[in-house]
Amino acid sequence: MSKNLRINKNNFIDQTTRISFKFNGQQLFGYKGDTLASALLANNIHLVGRSFKYHRPRGIMTCGSEEPNAIVQIGNDSSLTDPNVRATEIELYEGLEASSQNCWPSVNFDIGGINNFLSPLLPAGFYYKTFMWPASFWEKYEYFIRHSAGLGKAPTKSDPDIYDHQYSHCDVLVVGGGISGIISAKLSAEKGLDTFLIDDKNFLGGSTIYQENEAYKINDIYSNEWLAKEIKSLKNYPNLIIKNRTSLAAFHGYNYLLARENLTDHLSISDRKNKIRQRLWKIRAKKVIIASGSIERPLIFSNNDRPGIILSSSIKKYIDYYGVKTGENISLFTNNDSAYETAISLNKSGVKVNIIVDIRKNSESLIVKEALDLGLKVLWESTVVETQGYKKIKSFEVMKLSEDGNNVIGNKTKHNCDCLGISGGWTPMVHLFTQSGGKLKFRNEDNVFIPDQDKTPPNQISVGSCNGEFKLDEIVTRTIKNLKSFLDLSKTCYDEMKINCPEEKSKRNIWLLPSDKPIGKTKPFLDFQNDSTAKDVKLALREGFKSIEHVKRYTTTGMGTDQGKLSNMHALGIIADTTGTNMGELGTTTFRPPYTPLTFGAIVGRNVGEFFDHTRKTAIHNWHVKNNAEFENVGQWKRPWYFPKNGENMHQAVQRESKAARNSAGILDASTLGKIDIQGTDVSEFLNRVYTNAWSKLEIGKCRYGLMLNEDGMVYDDGVTTRLGENHYIMTTTTGGAANVLSKLEDYLQTEWPELDVYLTTVTDQYSTISICGPNSKNIISKIVPSLDLSDSNFPHMSFKNIKISNVNCRIMRISFTGEHSYEINIQSNYAEDLWIKCMEAGKEFNLTPYGTETMHLLRAEKGFIITGQDTDGTLTPSDLQMDWIIGKKKFDFIGKRSLYRSDTIREDRKQLVGLLTDDPKEVLEEGAQLVENINTKPVEMLGHVTSSYFSPNLNKSIALAVVKSGKKLKGKKLIVPMENKNINVTITDTVFYDKENKRLNA
Amino acid sequence: MKNKYSIFSLIKNALSGHENWQRAWRDPEPKKEYDVIIIGGGGHGLATAYYLAKKHKLTNIAVVEKGWIGGGNTGRNTTIIRSNYLWDASAGLYDHALKIWEGLSQELNYNVMFSQRGVMNLAHNLQDVRDLKRRTHANRLNGVDAVWLSTEEVKKFCPIINTSPNIRYPVLGGTLQKRAGTARHDAVAWGYARGADSMGVDIIQNCEVKGIKRNGDQVEGIETTKGFIKSKKIGVVAAGHSSVIANMAGIRLPLESKPLQALVSEPVKPIIDTVVMSNAVHAYVSQSDKGELVIGAGTDSYVSYSQKGSHNIVEETLRAILELYPIFSRMKMLRQWGGIVDICPDASPIISKTQIKGLYFNCGWGTGGFKATPGSGDLFAHTIANDEPHQLNAAFNLNRFVSGDLVDEHGAAAVAH
Amino acid sequence: MFIINCPYCGERDQTEFSCGGEAHIERPKQPTELSDDQWAEYLFMRKNIKGVQFERWNHAHGCRKWFNIIRDTSNDNIHAVYKMGEKPPVK
Repeated sequence: MSKNLRINKNNFIDQTTRISFKFNGQQLFGYKGDTLASALLANNIHLVGRSFKYHRPRGIMTCGSEEPNAIVQIGNDSSLTDPNVRATEIELYEGLEASSQNCWPSVNFDIGGINNFLSPLLPAGFYYKTFMWPASFWEKYEYFIRHSAGLGKAPTKSDPDIYDHQYSHCDVLVVGGGISGIISAKLSAEKGLDTFLIDDKNFLGGSTIYQENEAYKINDIYSNEWLAKEIKSLKNYPNLIIKNRTSLAAFHGYNYLLARENLTDHLSISDRKNKIRQRLWKIRAKKVIIASGSIERPLIFSNNDRPGIILSSSIKKYIDYYGVKTGENISLFTNNDSAYETAISLNKSGVKVNIIVDIRKNSESLIVKEALDLGLKVLWESTVVETQGYKKIKSFEVMKLSEDGNNVIGNKTKHNCDCLGISGGWTPMVHLFTQSGGKLKFRNEDNVFIPDQDKTPPNQISVGSCNGEFKLDEIVTRTIKNLKSFLDLSKTCYDEMKINCPEEKSKRNIWLLPSDKPIGKTKPFLDFQNDSTAKDVKLALREGFKSIEHVKRYTTTGMGTDQGKLSNMHALGIIADTTGTNMGELGTTTFRPPYTPLTFGAIVGRNVGEFFDHTRKTAIHNWHVKNNAEFENVGQWKRPWYFPKNGENMHQAVQRESKAARNSAGILDASTLGKIDIQGTDVSEFLNRVYTNAWSKLEIGKCRYGLMLNEDGMVYDDGVTTRLGENHYIMTTTTGGAANVLSKLEDYLQTEWPELDVYLTTVTDQYSTISICGPNSKNIISKIVPSLDLSDSNFPHMSFKNIKISNVNCRIMRISFTGEHSYEINIQSNYAEDLWIKCMEAGKEFNLTPYGTETMHLLRAEKGFIITGQDTDGTLTPSDLQMDWIIGKKKFDFIGKRSLYRSDTIREDRKQLVGLLTDDPKEVLEEGAQLVENINTKPVEMLGHVTSSYFSPNLNKSIALAVVKSGKKLKGKKLIVPMENKNINVTITDTVFYDKENKRLNA
Repeated sequence: MKNKYSIFSLIKNALSGHENWQRAWRDPEPKKEYDVIIIGGGGHGLATAYYLAKKHKLTNIAVVEKGWIGGGNTGRNTTIIRSNYLWDASAGLYDHALKIWEGLSQELNYNVMFSQRGVMNLAHNLQDVRDLKRRTHANRLNGVDAVWLSTEEVKKFCPIINTSPNIRYPVLGGTLQKRAGTARHDAVAWGYARGADSMGVDIIQNCEVKGIKRNGDQVEGIETTKGFIKSKKIGVVAAGHSSVIANMAGIRLPLESKPLQALVSEPVKPIIDTVVMSNAVHAYVSQSDKGELVIGAGTDSYVSYSQKGSHNIVEETLRAILELYPIFSRMKMLRQWGGIVDICPDASPIISKTQIKGLYFNCGWGTGGFKATPGSGDLFAHTIANDEPHQLNAAFNLNRFVSGDLVDEHGAAAVAH
Repeated sequence: MFIINCPYCGERDQTEFSCGGEAHIERPKQPTELSDDQWAEYLFMRKNIKGVQFERWNHAHGCRKWFNIIRDTSNDNIHAVYKMGEKPPVK
């Protein structure tokens, strides 16, 4: 088992730095520069996981983000563990602990493996056809389905890591640091453009950087050496930013792209402390160059999923880049030339390549010749029909292909191996291109979807193999040529290029390779992670699922964490073959972002915890905190809810606060109310149009309450507006409505009434509001502003004065939301806390009591004043609120007026605001409780609901406001509030419970 | 008659290598004329056809679909099913649907995986508490199961929610509807299609409607990419594209079509066993049987048919998710997609006759249509067959926008997901 | 997320703007003269076009100015931007 399969020659892996790690509890070693996958393979570990449905043993299959099988759980700390991490992507670090997923008790012995034997009963969509009897049992079936599904385990504690966001507004973004990306970045930087190059690996150069082969030369040197020099030269461009370990996640419209930079996942746990884990780059690029490359396709034949079956190009990378042999007796199975490069690399490293099975009749390209010259044995026009080996491939069987490729003929030969490389050709990575809105076209000769130049969104280009260019000379020369026009270049450093490379001359593609067995007896896997096979696709087609999207959904092909990077093309090919359709007409499924999965943490960045949302605090907030206020969230504001003293609960505090406010004096921080400064010669006309009541006659120095409707006639907001001067007003709005009211008013001013000379400015934050109410409020104000004549004649209710307090200009209004004699002082916010303290001191002898929103709500409810948003819900008209008096019937128009006269809004039996008294005065109703007349009818007819409800200490009884059908006419009527466990008897009353004559206003 | 699906048919077919399964539905060419044409092969359209055939014995019906059945919002939603709506009309409509859901797999002989794992709605401020309590009381009296949960009970029902009082918008309680849950969205479309097809309904895919032919104020048929098809009754169930069809018929609807996004995470072992919705911080999440967290994001404010929303909507949604479930920070978004939702000004649907005889619309479901699928199909079928609404959908007529008798679900805390 | 060329501030990210829906629906000058149907038409009925649509946008997190844009709702491409009160440029 534990064998060292590392060879001792390497430029890329630091074999002097040994790294220890654990896999499934076993202590192992690798080197700096390894991925977990390369280190496991070096330790001769192929079996890393179990598949989703059948729990089949699965091994490492690729070396990149397309990996469907080798997904592991990293770490076991409950807050830091990562599920579903691709072993092929994670870099090895000291102390890394990884374990297999989706298996129990272990990856070697997995009980779920029984599913493999049941697999005939579990074809595509089996669950739609069963688990229906008995009906009540679905939840029991589902319990087992849920527990056998899922892959890794989510963390169970909060993530301590930090994530970050950064913006880039570059001229050119280059996605991909392979040879075409490097050339692109250099050309762009050379032109002086601000260039941003990202690559998801920890090194640049793609697959060319380890392509050391006589056949590939650029300007007479090996292509890898040439590229290494070019990469080095990039350092000379200060206008070029290179980000490694950065993966492009999404390409949205208008060249808006998201890329995730990994900053610490490759570091040992102790080196990660206090560092940012991932950064999400939000990139707005003037131009985008996609150089995302291509990935190798597998081949589809029976039991093509065994551990030890690896993409041929990955075998090459493991040997050439990581110095790791994926086996010691390797065979290859291919339909194209690239497997021969793998064979040559293996041969050079002293690994025996047993045979190459090639479905083509022959190939005369240079690279094949080179392989043959090395003495490699090729079985032409043949296919693998079966493989053996449960936890790792042991052998495979080969047969000759018929002329048309639909059947196998002749004798079957069996070959031993410990690794089988497969190569089904190449698929350009067009995901980003299509995400951005580009349309694809199908190229028949090599069965690839490539970007359609004519249907490419502006300011982007695809270069290199993601554009369907696979030959080195094509990649280099076309990239240069296309970029010259894309970036508007004349002369470049790449104007004279000499390129040698082999050419593939023979092509053959069979999506589903034939077998000597009937298809029902084979297991040709398409989507390795989701366990869907070619059989499943054919079954779906037989059952009438025609569209590629139907087939995908029915079979779940392409819906795993690899998003079908390996399976989609074959699924399409098999559908096309089975239905006799051209693949180009079939089209692809939609490639949905992100290209590779993206952590929620990276998407959210720093905006977690206390930064989840802005917190707005009034200028007096610190005083409230010091004085033990409990706070209520109102929109983004923190408002004091109540001020408990000596261990009071909320009820006790509120009873005390409200008694104090009525009996002597209370003080409220009302700063959160919206304040809009309005100036201009047409303000009174403007107010006439936005409020229901008339404003033309409001004198300077006077205040007026206004009700604002939506255009559909429903109450929207309310507040007091004061005329400060000839052409100067200040409007107050509700706390929650402030922003919306301002933008609504701006909208009307700018778009409907541009002729009005009116200017709106929000001053909510600039001014703080301190409200003092109660019979002693006058005494307190007279201490603070001794010069002000507070007599009713000089300073009556609903009027305002400019005053100075300690030389600071303030506005004082005599307005009341409690029904008490009451003042509101508006002062610049930076003086507000001082003034508050001054008021407290002045009020000491009068037991001036700070109160919060709860007491405010209670006091106004005693007076029957509404709170929009609590007593209203967007379905009530002023008339419903029994506020007909506020509708300026003589006015020509105001916002919402017309809607008040529709057939439904003039109904007499609409829900209307009423007061409620409980028969038991101690019984406080629940806000939101429903009102009914007869509890015994079915269904129960609900007449309305309780909107506000309190125990009034001043009346020593429970009071409530409610909206009730035809409520206006029902005064004195008995209704029932049905609760879960009892019925509460109530009587409809007037909405004003306290001081009906408004005597206290001037008390 | 179709083969019945069961464990026995599965075993029988396994023995023959699954070679003998019947087609779930035919792939017919359109006939010249139908008694009823349904435009739109989503869940609602297929359900409508199913109930027209089953309950109203109208079998000369076509469902015409521009793309592939179930490919619109049916296959793009977060599959939440609940009926705890505030207003009587809404509760009646959605609970009618919920009752059908409860026996739907058996009725269709197709496992739609309706899973009554409960839907919880969270309250984050005092007004939320009032609104949700109001709704709970109304639900109870309307015969819709609903209970109010304290913060501790919320935590007990779904332990991974962060109920700390120190978060920005602490959980102050919530409501729970136990009969609510999720279903497998694709299966709903496929199950109805199979059922409708077996009663003779023609399901015509890849058939785009290009025009509505009228003779005065009576519909005559539709122009399609597969030619003219005659019918005196046309039911439009085109979701985001309702206005496009309405414009063809020369009428306007009170709709705006906006992008709505959703996303799923990579699959993990069971971690959240119910559906949790939070309106105030806008996050709702459940976990699919496959193990993926299914997360619904919000709508953009502008009209778009591009099936792409803005990234900031996704970012805001996940921000809210992490506020409530900080353990999900290391989870990875696997797929993200957009749909086009047709939204009415009162956030309630339209199931209605129009001023044109024989032309009916079922639209305006906004972000919450999936849950109503069976009920919507049943009631729309009734409306088309009788040329009169059923009492359960009478309130959802087009005239309410004229009279002002809206069914305003905005003020009801429950944004209609 | 698209980029909108605010006629007052220049190109800005879409997130700075809010959309006010279909443009050129003028508020009736004499609402009381309208029938319920006509008023409903103004209040609620929308073209909701798939294709080139005229709509109102507000630079909410910028200059707070309202203006009009012409946008193809099928692909979100913006064809033109013009100020309130201006005639739409010929598309």
